[in-house]
Amino acid sequence: MIVDQISKKQTKKLTEVTVRFAGDSGDGMQLTGSQFSDTTAAVGNDLSTLPDYPAEIRAPLGTLYGVSGFQLHFSSNDIHTPGDRPDVLVAMNPAALKKNISELKKGGIIILNTDSFDARNLKLAHYESNPLEDDSLKGYEFYLVPITSLTIKALEGSKLSVKEVTRCKNFFALGLMYWLYNRPLENTIGWIKDKFKNKTDLAEANLKALKAGYNFGEITELFETRYEVDKAKLPAGTYRSISGNEATALGFLTASVKSKLPLFLGSYPITPASDILQFLSTYKNFGVKTFQAEDEIAGITSAIGASFAGSLALTTTSGPGLALKTEAMGLAVMTELPLVIVNVQRGGPSTGLPTKTEQADLLQALYGRNGEAPIPVIAASTPSDCFNMAFEASRIAVKFMTPVILLTDGYLANGSEPWRIPHTHEIPDLPVNFRTDSEGFHPYLRDENLSRPWTKPGTPGLEHRIGGLEKANITGNVSYDPENHDLMVRLRQQKINNIANDIPELSVDGEKQGEVLVLGWGGTYGSIKEAVMHVRNRGYKVSQAHFRYINPFPKNTSEVLKNFNKILVPEINLGQLSKILKSEFLAPIVSFNKVRGLPLRTSDIEDKILELLGEKK
Amino acid sequence: MEDKVKTQSKFTAKDFASDQEVRWCPGCGDYSILAQVQRSFPDIIEKEKEKVVWISGIGCSSRFPYYMNTYGFHSIHGRAPAIATGVKVANPDLSVWVATGDGDLLSIGGNHFIHACRRNIDLKVLLFNNKIYGLTKGQYSPTSEVGKKTKTSPYGSIDFPFNPISVALGSDSTFIARTIDTNPKHMQIIIKRAADHKGFAFIEIFQNCVIFNDGAFDSFSDKSVRDENLLFLEHNQPMLFGAKKDKGLKLVGTKPVVININEPGNSVNDVLVHNEFDDSPVLSMILSHLSDSPNMPVPIGVFRQIKKTTYDEAVTNQIAEVKKIKGEGDLEKLLFAGSTWEVN
Repeated sequence: MIVDQISKKQTKKLTEVTVRFAGDSGDGMQLTGSQFSDTTAAVGNDLSTLPDYPAEIRAPLGTLYGVSGFQLHFSSNDIHTPGDRPDVLVAMNPAALKKNISELKKGGIIILNTDSFDARNLKLAHYESNPLEDDSLKGYEFYLVPITSLTIKALEGSKLSVKEVTRCKNFFALGLMYWLYNRPLENTIGWIKDKFKNKTDLAEANLKALKAGYNFGEITELFETRYEVDKAKLPAGTYRSISGNEATALGFLTASVKSKLPLFLGSYPITPASDILQFLSTYKNFGVKTFQAEDEIAGITSAIGASFAGSLALTTTSGPGLALKTEAMGLAVMTELPLVIVNVQRGGPSTGLPTKTEQADLLQALYGRNGEAPIPVIAASTPSDCFNMAFEASRIAVKFMTPVILLTDGYLANGSEPWRIPHTHEIPDLPVNFRTDSEGFHPYLRDENLSRPWTKPGTPGLEHRIGGLEKANITGNVSYDPENHDLMVRLRQQKINNIANDIPELSVDGEKQGEVLVLGWGGTYGSIKEAVMHVRNRGYKVSQAHFRYINPFPKNTSEVLKNFNKILVPEINLGQLSKILKSEFLAPIVSFNKVRGLPLRTSDIEDKILELLGEKK
Repeated sequence: MEDKVKTQSKFTAKDFASDQEVRWCPGCGDYSILAQVQRSFPDIIEKEKEKVVWISGIGCSSRFPYYMNTYGFHSIHGRAPAIATGVKVANPDLSVWVATGDGDLLSIGGNHFIHACRRNIDLKVLLFNNKIYGLTKGQYSPTSEVGKKTKTSPYGSIDFPFNPISVALGSDSTFIARTIDTNPKHMQIIIKRAADHKGFAFIEIFQNCVIFNDGAFDSFSDKSVRDENLLFLEHNQPMLFGAKKDKGLKLVGTKPVVININEPGNSVNDVLVHNEFDDSPVLSMILSHLSDSPNMPVPIGVFRQIKKTTYDEAVTNQIAEVKKIKGEGDLEKLLFAGSTWEVN
């Protein structure tokens, strides 16, 4: 019987799929999504993920605002975004369906946990009639699966409580999705065995649920087709799946190893930046010192102290925390100490949208300080690029004796993608020379980069004082002299300007000259890249450039901008980069702005490019 | 530092004076503090002067590091304990000192202060308490008394003040002492005691501001009254005071009372004996509030000193522990850890 069923099923090849798992905050959707991602990465697809969850940890069951989602886009081609609209929605309850159905592609697949469609849950999701019984699902390919009761049945005889058994339903759903997309179970089996190695009952139950879900796909008559997505052609190497926050932590650790400087992180937990503190606190066997400070200000000031004492010092935060660190950043500018400040941007202002992404802290990073206080600002463009940029931020900080702001965002932080792991021997050293010679020593005597000497307390004969009061050039003594202040303001600015000689030029993807250049910065890289590819596939010429270095801009920026008639600048803010580009380069900027707390939609950017090219939709 | 064998110091007080001109107002109590620190330091730092770091925030007191010929960092308002924490954690080998004032430590920096206390990070904090904002020219501070008329309280301050000793006790500082700018010898003893303490050491120094709060401590520090109104706390000694040492502190229930030991029915045996090392902070807390009541003496000296693991020590130990379990970190291994796959 079973054999007959299997033989009836056909396999269809797809090049790309976007899946969204959605359920209650406590349903384990983030775990289900990340397991599906890891397995998908391991079978060799290119992928990009977008966890999308509420700020409430466990919002009341069944409510619309408690819905937690995890979207992933995987493909046999090179992809750059978690996908605009899902092809497939797995909805564990009515609220998840209600909240997500409008995002689903026309004719998309919906897999529903019918057990949760009872009167109470329908009411909580504000459904007036049961969507399973009316024509709400018309036009979609939907599958009604009693996931909860099938899980309970599969776990009959288990020693676990009913509640614990029910909680295994996400693994049933995952198993079913593994069957549907032809993925192996081994990766998740290994994960469950490791995760619950001291709780064998739970391990066994979850394994059973996972396999039951897979087998259900195989034997049920519901599904007639399963899908396959071939391996992507990625550059050769060893890969792992990595999130932006983990990449950031590893980038700093690598900078610490390569500079032979002990790493110190002073930080206060804040969404969505806390993971970096969490990751770094597990690297203690590298001598990493993580200090969970009493507040954001102590986070940065302890790091300034550690930098003074000779550590590679960091502080990590998100927008509201950056606001609190403002005064201390000025102190780091004045004392010219190396320091990296990471701002994992989230929706603002104020508490804003803690778990959502945004790019609206750019002007704050560039200008949000009293006095003339220039700080280099760099931004990661993809989750794995966070590794490179954390390393770069460290390099610039120690070479130019300056605080550096690294901007990432909620999407990069929590999103993940395959990362070709670099071998340590491929990564350059970061040589640092502390001043030890007292001959001719002056705390503010600058080198060819205009950097002052880094002189650690504990070095004999070099005792000196630094501080937030204006410094006399060279000696570093307190000075209120007007001409000296003018000179020091200019020297500090010049030092930062000089960094332009030490960073890569802005490269243009596509024609170097033409009608439209799409120019972004930071985490929108993927959306822009994909939009540009789609437009090109339709036979148009359009170029792309992307800033990873924003202060200073790459040296050739003006030259690049001059060669295009229109420069489209898509941003998840109201045009902050646009504003700077207009004022600095008088460039023909066209802004495209959407501030929804989500990555920009590729299709929206695509439409805008076509509009600029004079193409009617 | 406790087991250190005392040898002849390489240094004299002069070695700790920087080449910068001291710019406090003539007659300021800060001069005395600077002098006592410089005089005590040859005994505290016998060699390796380069290991001393002075950190300060903002205020008159916070100019202190400029005048010490050691490493120094004049930072921003209230943040000295946090910066000092970073310095000490980064390099536990350094001797890290904080010079701060009542506004700096107890108002804008209050949070850093209590957390530095509870962590028992090995810092020495000297609070220059003049009960006024001096550098901003005379506004009331978090230690100013109720009713104080200042530029921002022309009808009298309505704020209840902090009691710095009680705050430190309540925050579990492991060394708590008080001294006064007009008693150089006592101050030097206390500074050295703080230096010898392994862990967070807090000294409240009553410091006279000649310009904006002159005479703030006269009621117990003036020559004419100090014998009667100051109680010198000494370990294992009965709490006696007065010119003839005939007055003593007795505890009735939890209420301290002053008795004359020469009066019939009283004896020195009725008087409280000070125990700096008491496991319980209760008596110290009572002493810290002693002078809230009229006619009670003001205690100076070491209120309490207890032993506890220091934060910087714990950081170092934990790293050693993790290295023992996991082995020295191997970056290549870490980067390639977890589930990976090959693309050819």
